[in-house]
Amino acid sequence: MEKCGADILVKCLETEGVDVVFGYPGGAVLAIYDALYDADIRHILVRHEQGAAHAADGYARATGRPGVCIATSGPGATNLVTGLATAYMDSVPVVAFTGQVATSWIGKDSFQEADITGITMPITKHNYLVKSTEDLPRVIKEAFYIATTGRPGPVLVDLPKDVSIGKCEFEYPSSVDLPGYKPTYEGHPKQVKELAKAITASSRPVLYVGGGVIWSGASDVLRELAELCDIPVTTTLTALGAFPTAHRLSLGMLGMHGTGYANLSVNECDLLIAVGARFDDRVIGDPRTFAPNAKVAHIDIDPAEIGKNVRYDIPIVGDARTVLESLIPQLSPMKRPEWLAQIAQWKKEWPLKYPRYADGIAPQYVIEQISDLTGGEAIVTTEVGQNQMWTAQFYKFKNARSFISSAGLGTMGFGFPAAIGAQIGRPDSLVIDIAGDGSFQMNIQELGTAVQYKLPVKVVILNNGYLGMVRQWQAMFHDKRYSSTALDYNPDFVAVAEAYGAKGIRVETEDEVRPSLERAFAEPGPVVVDVKVSREANVFPMVPPNMPISRMIRGDES
Amino acid sequence: MKRTLSVLVNNRSGVLARVASLFSRRGYNIESIAVGVTDDPEVSRMTIQVIADEATFEQITKQLHKLIDVIKISDITSDERVDRELALIRISADSSNRSDILQVVGIFRAKIVDVAEKSIIVEVTGDEGKIDAFVQLARPYGIIEIVRTGKVSMVRGSK
Repeated sequence: MEKCGADILVKCLETEGVDVVFGYPGGAVLAIYDALYDADIRHILVRHEQGAAHAADGYARATGRPGVCIATSGPGATNLVTGLATAYMDSVPVVAFTGQVATSWIGKDSFQEADITGITMPITKHNYLVKSTEDLPRVIKEAFYIATTGRPGPVLVDLPKDVSIGKCEFEYPSSVDLPGYKPTYEGHPKQVKELAKAITASSRPVLYVGGGVIWSGASDVLRELAELCDIPVTTTLTALGAFPTAHRLSLGMLGMHGTGYANLSVNECDLLIAVGARFDDRVIGDPRTFAPNAKVAHIDIDPAEIGKNVRYDIPIVGDARTVLESLIPQLSPMKRPEWLAQIAQWKKEWPLKYPRYADGIAPQYVIEQISDLTGGEAIVTTEVGQNQMWTAQFYKFKNARSFISSAGLGTMGFGFPAAIGAQIGRPDSLVIDIAGDGSFQMNIQELGTAVQYKLPVKVVILNNGYLGMVRQWQAMFHDKRYSSTALDYNPDFVAVAEAYGAKGIRVETEDEVRPSLERAFAEPGPVVVDVKVSREANVFPMVPPNMPISRMIRGDES
Repeated sequence: MKRTLSVLVNNRSGVLARVASLFSRRGYNIESIAVGVTDDPEVSRMTIQVIADEATFEQITKQLHKLIDVIKISDITSDERVDRELALIRISADSSNRSDILQVVGIFRAKIVDVAEKSIIVEVTGDEGKIDAFVQLARPYGIIEIVRTGKVSMVRGSK
């Protein structure tokens, strides 16, 4: 039967199992919105297209399924850009559809025209400008396939107005034909065997795991491997939750604001097993001195990650879960009392702790309370900066997909719309955005979305009246010259929340923290908890940029 | 070290832009790039010359592989192969020196493809070294303009 492009799009989305899209209408997507009007797909109207991209991203990270967003041409499309770059840096499967001016008007500087495929080329895994309605089913099939297989990532499909209006016979292809795209899932048996030998021979191994473990669903096999061979585990920011923080073999996060014991363990290990991690500069500091005594094994589905930043000895291209599953049968149980005793010593010397601040509530205390009240079972999103690092340090994660944060791009304003997406994907979970007063204001308009769809998302603002992380760097590296980091004209966040129809709770003393959080978590709708915290609390330990990660600054806090 | 890649890509609009954008954003330098369709109209071949050390070159090939439109990459740097480049060179020439230039053209088995009152256009084909040598010899007469195609390469033998 003949269908128009917009109906084909909706049909394809339904076939792909998409039940929700995040978007914002406009002239070039009128036909698409008309088709959505009576489709079996829920459309969530955001208040800014950036919110749509982040919500799709949060949905994907919380559920493991691709997130979908829609925006119109020109400014609608360019407003998605930060969200796509965020998803690209953290390898999140997002499929974005943008409207475009009619094909005959492309290249003529038409009203609301922007070359969005050109703009997003370096920040998407792949993108398409669809030039005829006949191509649409194949392109959509490929877009979802590319976004969700191999190393996941965002794919953008640009739809000129005449393509969404034009008609053709519709048949959804059952398979894709992409000769240039064949991800490798199975690790090379010889290399896997090599790794098994290295683990057996090693006396001080460390597992360094990244987001690839989450995306391949490898948390349980990772735990099996760690327990079988007594290997301590440190995670990157994106992998928090892949291994329980409270586990005896957990080292927490490594890197710039990682735990002292994670960084020292990596520094002293004789075998570093990187799994689905990409040796980011915030993790490794100075690449020449990273894990200086270790043989490096690197398991990653993306061959380009192996050797990109750090040397390697055992390269294994493959899916984290598949590779670990083939590795485990080649290993026998091992105990490493000496290595673990050394680590226990470092845990004593470098505990995560914080002082009582004279001028206000300790932000770290607020996170400890959230962690305790939720038993580590909530889905926690963060903004970017101190709020993010303190959450990474003080929230005790239990489950994969329970921590959602913009790690690679470091996008302020990500956490709240991502929380909205996560809440829609997992309606029965408690979703909390741990925010800063700066970041929250970057997408504060999404309060409208949360209220409209009665989403019980909780925002806990650690309000210090500063762009705290930048202020911390100014304090440490620029003689406390706080250039443009004081937020002296913050709005009354409680009043803002209430103006939108959400609930606002203000917290000014430490003994109000726990009862206020309890009250907020029990509310059926969205709540903003504005916690006045100490103004100049810092995140420690800290490795100054480009330094060996063993050279940590302990700070005045610990 | 100078290296040569022979890359098969989908013959679709925007593919060259994807490759160029990848090189520029990751800070790799393209020495030369030549693109043309193969016997299969759906597939083009790019011959790319880069200057890179071992590690960078490994990254370049791996990153190129990540482009969905890249089908196959061959590093033909150390293969026995035929390299060819074509250059069109406009040289200032009048009746006083035209015969001198013709001699050089003859030695290089180049061709005069256009003659005007005060200049001629010479077509030279060969590997990079030959074209560079011709340019050197032609320079004293006054080179007005050079257009080079970039290198195309093919591996020798039955491969």
